[in-house]
Amino acid sequence: MQAGGSSGAAVIDMENMDDTSGSSFEDMGEMHQRMKEEEEEEAEAAVGDEEDGEFLGMKGFRGQLGRQVADQMWQAGKRQASKAFSLYANIDILRPYFDVEPIQVRNRLLESMIPVKMINFPQKIAGELYGPLMLVFTLVAILLHGMKTSDTIIREGTLMGTAIGTCFGYWLGVSSFIYFLAYLCNAQITMVQMLSLLGYGLFGHCVTLFITYNIHFHSLFYVFWLGIGGLSTLRMVAVLVSRTVGHTQRLILCGTLSALHMLFLLYLHFAYHKVVEGILDTLEGPNVPPFQRVARDIPVVSSAVLNTTVKVMALTS
Amino acid sequence: MAAAEGSGAGGAAKPLFAGLSDVSISEDIPVEGEITVPVGSCSPDEDYSTLDEPVRDTIMRDLKAVGKKFVHVMYPKKSSALLRDWDLWGPLVLCVSLALMLQGGSADSKEDGGPQFAEVFVIIWFGAVVITLNSKLLGGTISFFQSLCVLGYCVLPLTVAMLVCRLVLLAGSGTVSFIVRLIVVMAMFAWSTLASTAFLADSQPPNRKALVIYPIFLFYFVISWMILTFTAQ
Repeated sequence: MQAGGSSGAAVIDMENMDDTSGSSFEDMGEMHQRMKEEEEEEAEAAVGDEEDGEFLGMKGFRGQLGRQVADQMWQAGKRQASKAFSLYANIDILRPYFDVEPIQVRNRLLESMIPVKMINFPQKIAGELYGPLMLVFTLVAILLHGMKTSDTIIREGTLMGTAIGTCFGYWLGVSSFIYFLAYLCNAQITMVQMLSLLGYGLFGHCVTLFITYNIHFHSLFYVFWLGIGGLSTLRMVAVLVSRTVGHTQRLILCGTLSALHMLFLLYLHFAYHKVVEGILDTLEGPNVPPFQRVARDIPVVSSAVLNTTVKVMALTS
Repeated sequence: MAAAEGSGAGGAAKPLFAGLSDVSISEDIPVEGEITVPVGSCSPDEDYSTLDEPVRDTIMRDLKAVGKKFVHVMYPKKSSALLRDWDLWGPLVLCVSLALMLQGGSADSKEDGGPQFAEVFVIIWFGAVVITLNSKLLGGTISFFQSLCVLGYCVLPLTVAMLVCRLVLLAGSGTVSFIVRLIVVMAMFAWSTLASTAFLADSQPPNRKALVIYPIFLFYFVISWMILTFTAQ
């Protein structure tokens, strides 16, 4: 299936650097090292042979035995360590989850906005990680864009760190939490499927935030929040409902997921993007500077939200 | 006696291995990496000769290799020099200079400065590692360090853009300068993406190229965004 040039096991074997397609310095160094080792081994073997022939008495015999045992232990330990290393550093474990075609990714992105109608038998969830991972990274990039254009000031930590932490924390944390709840409620879903489902649900978030970070209208954001956020939440909820039995369990699971998903979109909009009040008030001013520097601590959001909402109401009424 | 035995065994083995000279490797199996192995007898001599040469020669040789790769990035053709002799000096130099230029003010000033040195450094290397892992998982035939090398070298156009932006900011920071900076950064971003695509996309199965190009696009987009929103203190 693959145009196989390299070997099947994609082991990140950094110490050996068996991709000696590298520079010639490594090649020469390795050759030299190998030759030296071979010489040493031959010398040892020769010495061992000589000692075999002579009878050195008990002391000599024990010394040689000890050396052999130590050598064997070293070899066994080395083999164990390299086996363990190749087991954990072997990224082939993740390979099946990345086996997708672009057209499949596109279809799944579009389907994540379409709630399914049939909830009587379990809906199929593709256990794929490429799409969700790319969506999380896209969300990070959009968040960065939003934070920069609103001059968000982060006191403890960095802009990039906050964006990555928020997005990955949401994806991994909420997936694990819902998976745990699903385990309690006897829902038929695996961890990878949950990761995939929630990841694709972030597509709605990406679209909403991308549009509303550039067009600063609160009413538009609320429309998108309900419309696009609602659609993607409905899809996730429908899929979960189709895989759960019992009314209470369905309620618990889907209520939690919808609450977390919708609240996350709300949080992303208001915590990381402050509408510059100057632009709203003086829409006719040609010399409004595009980026206004306003120092603001992130927890103190509610008053800013209240202020801007009141201002919008005053403007529109 | 041992010598006679040895020659006898050799003589018996010769007819077995005589047919080896007829084996040939067909041309359409792609073989990666340097397959010419230096013959053992001459390698000690070569080792001594590079050890004895003046330090200036060693450094100039490395610098020339790095410079040649810079030229390959600025004029991306389908050459394999970048892939064959990978090295990480160029990416390190580019990353450090970009991070130094992007560094904002101190963290406890009233107006928050731009990204700190460590942030830019980590973004570039972490991003490159993620893209490499992604392309390997999608079935790419390129090795880990080759991919890191290509992605690092293709940051060169963006470093040039950063230099230009700094110079433009010295002249003033109005709307005109913003437009100029926007055009320059967008052009360099497109150049970076195209250059790295030219080198990396060939190693993928043909129907999955888009899946590999998208993270590269995102990676250079984030770096371009950091460059564009840089304001001098």
